[in-house]
Amino acid sequence: MTAAGRTHATRWVVVNVVVVLYALFPVWWIAALSFKDPATLTDGDYIPREWTLENYRGIFATSEFTRALVNSIGIALIATVIAVALGTMAAYAVARLRFPGKRLLIGMSLLIAMFPPISLVSPLFDIERTIGIFDTWLGLIIPYMTFSLPLAIYTLSAFFREIPWDLEKAAKVDGATPAQAFRLVIVPLAAPGVFTTAILVFIFCWNDFLFAISLTSTESARTVPAAIAFFTGSSQFAQPTGSIAAAAVVITIPIIVFVLLFQRRIVAGLTSGAVKG
Amino acid sequence: MAEIVLEGVTKRFPDGSVAVRDVDLEIADGEFVILVGPSGCGKSTTLNMIAGLEDITDGTLRIDGRVVNDLAPKERDVAMVFQSYALYPHMSVRENMGFPLRLAKVDRATIDSKVEEAARVLDLSEYLDRKPANLSGGQRQRVAMGRAIVRDPKAFLMDEPLSNLDAKLRVQMRTQISRLQRRLGTTTVYVTHDQTEAMTLGDRVVVMRQGLVQQVGTPARLYDMPRNLFVAGFIGSPAMNFLGASLSGGALRTPLGDLPLDDRTRQELERRDAPREVIVGLRPEAFEDASLARGTGGPVVTVTVDVLESLGSDAYVHFGAEGGPVTTAELEELATDSGMRDAGAGGAQQIVARLDAATRAREGAPVELRIDMGKAHVFDPSTGSNLTHPEHPER
Repeated sequence: MTAAGRTHATRWVVVNVVVVLYALFPVWWIAALSFKDPATLTDGDYIPREWTLENYRGIFATSEFTRALVNSIGIALIATVIAVALGTMAAYAVARLRFPGKRLLIGMSLLIAMFPPISLVSPLFDIERTIGIFDTWLGLIIPYMTFSLPLAIYTLSAFFREIPWDLEKAAKVDGATPAQAFRLVIVPLAAPGVFTTAILVFIFCWNDFLFAISLTSTESARTVPAAIAFFTGSSQFAQPTGSIAAAAVVITIPIIVFVLLFQRRIVAGLTSGAVKG
Repeated sequence: MAEIVLEGVTKRFPDGSVAVRDVDLEIADGEFVILVGPSGCGKSTTLNMIAGLEDITDGTLRIDGRVVNDLAPKERDVAMVFQSYALYPHMSVRENMGFPLRLAKVDRATIDSKVEEAARVLDLSEYLDRKPANLSGGQRQRVAMGRAIVRDPKAFLMDEPLSNLDAKLRVQMRTQISRLQRRLGTTTVYVTHDQTEAMTLGDRVVVMRQGLVQQVGTPARLYDMPRNLFVAGFIGSPAMNFLGASLSGGALRTPLGDLPLDDRTRQELERRDAPREVIVGLRPEAFEDASLARGTGGPVVTVTVDVLESLGSDAYVHFGAEGGPVTTAELEELATDSGMRDAGAGGAQQIVARLDAATRAREGAPVELRIDMGKAHVFDPSTGSNLTHPEHPER
């Protein structure tokens, strides 16, 4: 590398380091807080002088957190599975078929996605109380699905459009019914898109705070983001900062694991080689 | 193995456009028929209708005597090779080739033996466990063919399978396909826009233009006796030269000079009540170097050589004739299709003559050319039909 190139590279390294530090500093801070003894919480040290698992033990001892964790996992998983299943089929229709009202349908689904959720909270609260699904898993799964389906359909239809039409024609001539063509040829090829969409939907459901706090009232359906808001400290005057920090760390881990696991699947070029080259 | 019969097959799209108009075609069992024509002429649509990927708006399609208009592709028992190969990228070569058999619920052992047999024929045995992404273009093309072969179908339908290969590979694969078809004896319908492929591969060639069949015949027949301007200009490379001419007495007055017609042609034109203004078509080989030719008769013209291309076996001489190029709708379409419009040939009429390699013609120098008028074709400019063509319709 030339001297100019070296300076250029060094500058970029510096920029990268700054950006990474800026992004990860809050994460580190929370993690550090979670390991601090409650008494040393306000000492302002970036690295705890004494490491303790007290906070973690504390939150797992209480049923409100463990129950909330179960709620979160269950609701997010169910909502993701249903949204992806429905989204895949809808996206296939959108990408491949011509039917009356198609544009209207797409437009409306995008409209739903862009609607400010906060304005829907009050009506939803009323509706759910009337129907009787308030403070239930279903009560959260339905709004989550409603808001993530448009995104799912949009992402997946883009993936389906990438798959060459010729492959389905070839399957048809080879003797496949549309269902067989979909199952044996299209779905395996759309896998990267499906995983991407699943991750996006899962993250949306997992991190949601607004619906969780508005549409639940007891720990029967309350998810972790909402549960954290109700943490109380060791005494009336103590802040539950340590517990909150520990809970935040615990809640972030599944997402990281999820993304790392499926990151490999989200590789482009799965369809390269089928068509020309 | 089956015969395919198209009767009045028409394809009309919902927006009203007619892609294929009233096609009548009888393909015998085991025959290799080629559909050729410029882009948009309807050849692929016709193929798709035979396959069952497009609905037939009007007319009947019979495969092996049975009317199959409303049958799904898989019930027609035809196999298709696509221009883009359409190999399933997530399956290995073995799985790709075995896919149709797997769908037909054939047992494992039979699938394996058929796949291996096809792989042997196509020289793919060592690639059976690779994925399409790890194959070269030629290998992928062979896998696509293998997928068609294992089914042992009534007919092969091929949609420009060689278009994506480089020139040398294309020539090799051409002979492979020809050999394969002869060996298997399966009826084949092949679509291409390349007239060289059409001429070298087909038992019979169908020239199409704007949804209509222009002429059907053996390659030799299409070459020697084109029915109209379009077929004459499409088949043969370098293309036939067209000159505007007027009939006077027993000769044609052309930009190259007065060319006397031979008796047969003159009588034919008289019988047909030919118009005064005509278009005369001369293939490059209708010209010969007058100094080399031993008095073979025919008019001699002197021209100045623009460009001389020596290929070793022949020499192509390009020269200009006075007056602008003659144009009709068919010739315009041919020019656009061959890219001449873009090449900016404009201006004077360009003519190509094929001479013996021993010619002493030089660029910029005049040369005497003898024209064999027996090989001249005379066309009616308004209808485009070949006035010197025997009139009875042919299939």
